[in-house]
Amino acid sequence: MTTTSLPAIEASGTSGSEHHQGHPGFFLVYLLLGIAFGIVLTRSEVVSWFRVQEMFHFQSFRMYGIIGSAIATAAASVALIKVAKLRAISGETIAIPRKQLGSGVRYAAGGTIFGLGWALTGACPGPLFALIGNGVSVMIAAVLSALAGTWVYGWLRPRLPH
Amino acid sequence: MTDWFSGEWPWYVAGPLIGLFVPALLITGNKVFGISSNLRHLCSAIIPGRVEFFRYDWRKAGLWNLVFLGGVLIGGFLASHVGTAHDIAISGETKIALSRLGIHDFSGVAPRELFNWSALLTLRGFVSVVVGGFLVGFGTAYAGGCTSGHAISGLASFELPSLIAVFGFFAGGLTATYLILPFLLRGI
Repeated sequence: MTTTSLPAIEASGTSGSEHHQGHPGFFLVYLLLGIAFGIVLTRSEVVSWFRVQEMFHFQSFRMYGIIGSAIATAAASVALIKVAKLRAISGETIAIPRKQLGSGVRYAAGGTIFGLGWALTGACPGPLFALIGNGVSVMIAAVLSALAGTWVYGWLRPRLPH
Repeated sequence: MTDWFSGEWPWYVAGPLIGLFVPALLITGNKVFGISSNLRHLCSAIIPGRVEFFRYDWRKAGLWNLVFLGGVLIGGFLASHVGTAHDIAISGETKIALSRLGIHDFSGVAPRELFNWSALLTLRGFVSVVVGGFLVGFGTAYAGGCTSGHAISGLASFELPSLIAVFGFFAGGLTATYLILPFLLRGI
């Protein structure tokens, strides 16, 4: 497989112009939002290995309720933003880039591999970092290992089916 | 104020709060909520090597997200230092199932028997932390997202790729829960 058959490497998480990037005020906003997210992840207990195990054992509705109502809230908000044609405070038009389906292999295979790691560590990427803040310092090793995993994916990328 | 704060937040409070990060980031600066791309940005910043996947302007694409991630770590610290610590109130059934697998310490957010530095020298500690972490990094990069990017941002925009990814998350999670953890935790 040649690299040209791979999906485009999109600059994830951003679209449109970057004219506000240098503005320190915006970074303060992202820092505060991140702090709020870390607090919510911790207090909702989704950072907990025990909660993740309870979810995968189907022994509580809690995690499904959290994820389901998070999706519903996000979907309603996105629909509202589209209908109202809102602009970002930074001045940009809000545009969410579509994901490319391709053969779908990357989503099925990558998703399954991540799922294995999610159950083993009891944490997805956000909680991995929130857990370090929670004092579970060994998660530093999990993050370093996750960086190694991401790096190995990048290296193998031209040879993997997408 | 710490009573409501340190107690267990009900799902119908926690879930919508998490969902609101999607519009908050869109409205702030047209940013798409997703944590795992930070792992790629960190690789790009620290050890890009000659790998095409890491050759891009990570500051332009992801500095905002790395700042957000730093906030997540600080938020975890703040949340765990306010109010009183309490055990995670998982269901009795789960507690029994986990006890049978050799988990006895139910204090803290993650079992201390598995998640401490000296446990890294045991097979179950090493697999839980190091192998698990590697699979999180590899899998999210391959799938192009994690719980935040696919399950929440993606499904909120009715993306078929995200639905496939989320099915994968559960296929992998259930496989590890029923086929790997029972043997790993019992120390076989």
